[in-house]
Amino acid sequence: MNIQGWGEIALTLGLAVMLGWPIGIYMSRVWNGERTWLDPVLKPVEAVFYGAAGVDPKRSQGWLGYAGALLAFNLAGFVLLYAILRLQGVLPLNPQGFAGVSPHLAFNTAVSFVTNTNWQSYGGEATMSTFSQMVGLTVQNFVSAATGATIAAALARAFVANRGEGVGNFWADLTRTTLYVLLPAALILAVALSGLGIVQSLAANVHATGVEGGSQTLPLFPAASQVAIKQLGINGGGVFNVNGAHPFENPNAITNLLSAVAINVMGWAAFFAFGRTALAGRDIKALAAAALIILTVSSAAMYVIETQPAPSLVAAQVDASVNMEGKEVRFGAPASTVWSVVTTGASNGSVNSMHASFMPLGGALQMFLMQLGEILPGGVGSGIAIMVVMALLSVFVAGLMVGRTPEYLGKKIEAREIQFAMIAVLILPLAVLGFSAISAVFPTALAGLLNKGPHGLSEILYAYTSAAANNGSAFAGLTANAPWWNTTLGLAMLFGRFIPAVAVLAIAGSLVVKPKLAPSPGTLPTDNGLFIGLLIGVILILGGLQFLPALALGPIVEHFQVLAAVAGA
Amino acid sequence: MTQITLDTSRGDPREGGRASPLAGGLSGAMIGRAVGDAFVKLNPVKLIKNPVIFTTWIVALLSTISAAAAIAGGQSAGFAVQLALWLWATVLFANVAESIAEGRGKAAADSLRATRVTTKAKLIVDPKTGTVVPTNASELEVGSIILVEAGDVIASDGEIIEGVASVNEAAITGESAPVIRESGGDRSAVTGGTTVVSDWIKVRITAKPGSTFLDRMIAMVEGADRRKTPNELALAVLLAGLTLIFLIAVVTLVGLGAYSGVDLDPIVLGALFITLIPTTIGGLMSAVGIAGMDRLLKVNVLATSGRAVEAAGDVDTLLLDKTGTITFGNRMATEVIPVPGVRPEAALAAAVMASLADETPEGRSIVELGRNAGVSVDQPAGAVAIPFTAVTRQSGLDVGKDSWRKGAVDAVLKDLNLTDGSAPAEFRQAVDRIARSGGTPLAVTQNGALVGVIHLKDVVKPGVKARFADLRRMGLRTVMITGDNPVTAAAIASEAGVDDYLAEATPEDKMRLIKAEQAKGRLVAMCGDGANDAPALAQADVGVAMQTGAQAAREAGNMVDLDSDPTKVIEIVEVGKQLLITRGALTTFSVANDVAKYFAIIPAMFVVALPSLGALNVMRLHSPESAILSAVIFNALVIVALIPLALKGVKYRAIGAGALLGRNLLIYGLGGLIAPFVGIKLIDLVISGLGLA
Repeated sequence: MNIQGWGEIALTLGLAVMLGWPIGIYMSRVWNGERTWLDPVLKPVEAVFYGAAGVDPKRSQGWLGYAGALLAFNLAGFVLLYAILRLQGVLPLNPQGFAGVSPHLAFNTAVSFVTNTNWQSYGGEATMSTFSQMVGLTVQNFVSAATGATIAAALARAFVANRGEGVGNFWADLTRTTLYVLLPAALILAVALSGLGIVQSLAANVHATGVEGGSQTLPLFPAASQVAIKQLGINGGGVFNVNGAHPFENPNAITNLLSAVAINVMGWAAFFAFGRTALAGRDIKALAAAALIILTVSSAAMYVIETQPAPSLVAAQVDASVNMEGKEVRFGAPASTVWSVVTTGASNGSVNSMHASFMPLGGALQMFLMQLGEILPGGVGSGIAIMVVMALLSVFVAGLMVGRTPEYLGKKIEAREIQFAMIAVLILPLAVLGFSAISAVFPTALAGLLNKGPHGLSEILYAYTSAAANNGSAFAGLTANAPWWNTTLGLAMLFGRFIPAVAVLAIAGSLVVKPKLAPSPGTLPTDNGLFIGLLIGVILILGGLQFLPALALGPIVEHFQVLAAVAGA
Repeated sequence: MTQITLDTSRGDPREGGRASPLAGGLSGAMIGRAVGDAFVKLNPVKLIKNPVIFTTWIVALLSTISAAAAIAGGQSAGFAVQLALWLWATVLFANVAESIAEGRGKAAADSLRATRVTTKAKLIVDPKTGTVVPTNASELEVGSIILVEAGDVIASDGEIIEGVASVNEAAITGESAPVIRESGGDRSAVTGGTTVVSDWIKVRITAKPGSTFLDRMIAMVEGADRRKTPNELALAVLLAGLTLIFLIAVVTLVGLGAYSGVDLDPIVLGALFITLIPTTIGGLMSAVGIAGMDRLLKVNVLATSGRAVEAAGDVDTLLLDKTGTITFGNRMATEVIPVPGVRPEAALAAAVMASLADETPEGRSIVELGRNAGVSVDQPAGAVAIPFTAVTRQSGLDVGKDSWRKGAVDAVLKDLNLTDGSAPAEFRQAVDRIARSGGTPLAVTQNGALVGVIHLKDVVKPGVKARFADLRRMGLRTVMITGDNPVTAAAIASEAGVDDYLAEATPEDKMRLIKAEQAKGRLVAMCGDGANDAPALAQADVGVAMQTGAQAAREAGNMVDLDSDPTKVIEIVEVGKQLLITRGALTTFSVANDVAKYFAIIPAMFVVALPSLGALNVMRLHSPESAILSAVIFNALVIVALIPLALKGVKYRAIGAGALLGRNLLIYGLGGLIAPFVGIKLIDLVISGLGLA
């Protein structure tokens, strides 16, 4: 640990929040249909889309209509992507001549990119054609992120309405977020990244002779454009198998910092956009503060955990310096650890180091951050949406203690909201623990594990956590490209994405028709330090505690075993 | 009119000669009955309404079967038997809590039932001749007309159509002083079960048999058709959701444990599950709700539903009638201002002389003012009272040739052939000042000469200003409703410290105000007694009708104040808040408890197979069995320990929402985190000391 390392961590976290603010204000203007400086260029384009689809962007939909449109759009996206992957062998732009993808992998991958998870059971450079990457995966990188944003936009509007009806127009929200926010941002970042040395090429492999004389085949891709949206859309799926640890995807310290900041920036932007659209800037800043506090403490903890020497190496008198296993040596421990925290705190999942090789407690922390529900700051819009669900639960449990039936942002929180909030929260433990428990005793599943014992269990837990939380990162020991894993992980991703999404929209539908209540001195303040503390408590206890027994059997026991083994040796 | 004070400290309602049928403490017999009821409530059909406790019931049953199987198989089952017993105890303790809470209502209902009419009513069969036929109360139909004479119990609810009588309503209100009931106006409603003390009345029956006020009152205090309130429903959903989450966490441990080579005893998993689910609040929730209604009963207020009590906690705007609530209701003399050349004492003495024969409250207040200032208030011999007439608009006293008069300023000036211009400037200024401050000036003359002006003032009750400041801190806005002109209203409003006022208010204005407040998203509470208050009472979120008020008002409101005290609405709001706070506090406590329970049970479950997890046994509990048993025992006993709090309620403090949350979070949140660590450790010491595990 050193001051430079702490500085690097602070810079990564701080820059993302600071950039997120202005972008959030802009994003809110886009959601609200206010004038933006891109209107002259994009308005006509937008109109073409609406005209072609026969959509009236001004028509506000009820929550059911909105949710129906969302599901229909995503189903169509899934079918299209599945078809592209299966047919990639006969489709153009396939310089490496890859064959079609197997059915279960195509299912898993299509679900993965539609759900904004970007779990990859495959190695990109050895499986996906340029066409599949550009037309299939990258398109979903944009629209799956925009789908998340639509959920937040609809929920934000529900808080403003006073006995309203509609929560907005899904098609307009989707189109405007993609067109006005994600495309321009990705364009800027892609140009910057390719300028900084990330590969952007439609050519096939290059052949090179290495310094030791061996022949190498280096696959090329239009990587910069994909890296930009994989981070900004909080998707995380790499062009190359090792993701941000690959020199073509992440060549130097500057691209590393830019990428790490880009992981979080749109998540924060969605927080601030929500605050502005919901006319509750201060309250949403309190939610952002709670998220930032957990993220900062986690980053610090991770940095401390991962800059210790490995106990077994010390015991064997081999190495007493910082344990570098799994970390990206080009960037060092701080850049590796802070990336691993932000990528698990956001539902990004891109990596620049190997999470499975972190110390057991480091791995536990990565899992725990995902198990909190991807709200730190989570995906574009999906993060703030679940964070608001957490706020509703906090307000409900503790808000009673001020002697009023709970309300949040001027809306009464009653049985219906709590019901859907619980559904949104419940699905994560159900999918993670349910699938893990089955896989843990299912021989076919266990065949995919590299390690036995607690670390093997961690591989299982991590995989389902990552899938259900729509993160996408992995404990690399697991060989997931098998029917059982591809199918169950795909299901975990589907449940983890669409059940909370529909639940949040149902909450929006319930809130939008309620009267907007005026605050009084008797109203629970939700914009101060006390509420931030309360919210953190609820997130940790309601959101995280149920995973403690499972974590105890995986990384926590592994941690104590390492200590015990060293003490015994 | 009885003098109403704003002191709402909760005294024993039996003080002051009242013995409300609704008051009553907790007796040993009631607790005995509650324990008996707790066993009756083990019936799963009844328990299913409470998912958390029902779940506990199922696990207790499964544990019992598992323990029995162990015994039958000849295995040592001491641990399993103890666990099963404590799980049953958890369910029983929750039932006891509910039964105790219900007990007080049941006792009150019993005493009310005893007053139900058994005597025959005198049904008038022929209105012309007035022939009466003795008829059972249960045979009276709506519209029947009965005769009630002195000593008779009124058979059912009705409207007086003829006659005046004094009625003892102690059976309902506990107030033994009889009240006057007469036909026409707002005092024409009579309640079945009350007794006519003098005179006679003819009453048209307005209630069907079995749905009289008394019947409804019995049903309400007994909680016969207690339904979950919206907030209870939402909380039940949350608790059910938490139960499901912990079910997932515990059931999946079977698979995860099997992978790790941990042999998990189902009975231990059941124990973990029960300690994690929110049994504390689940067990006490209905007791909290019933106790809330009960606290209202104790202050002699009947709520038609738990929903109304909850709404009371949410009230933002309180509409208060000026007269009787904010002011004493009668104008009182506060000073006498002399004209130049007259000594103040002389002016006061003249005012007293002019008022000696005046028996109105205003007149008496002038005499009182004089008495307090040491002026003689004895009526001289041979004094002749000159009464007030609409023509002279003055009254006074003549003694021999001397005369004293007081009256409306313009009438007096006209009598003295003075005009506004020719009256002394100081006099005119005093009159203006009094009028501007909302008071009433009365001119005083002695032997045809102007001596001064009396300041009559609507006197604000002492302490109301502080009370309204409290309400403001609670987040309530107070609006004063008055028929006074805006000038008077503004003056009293500022003196009393209300937030707003509605002057020259008609019932329609009141209604409009309520709707306007509600449109702004505020909940409104009001009280009223007149028939013309009925629409507003129905529109308000919390409408408190006075028991002495009109029948229409009593039916429109969702609460009835048996004391007919308009200030009671403030206490009602406090009871509502207290109810919600108690519920929130217990939920927070319950959820916060889980952290310690994990630290007790997880190492205990896994430590045999994975010894290194013993490091998580931060409480250093004696053995895996003692750790699990301690957590289960703590979980059961904490319900018992919190029954008094659930019944009494967490005290509401008007310190603002932020401060209140901070305080309660500290006690019930942080306390809930720490308490089980201490409690489980202590129980572990005891059971390991006793060699139980």
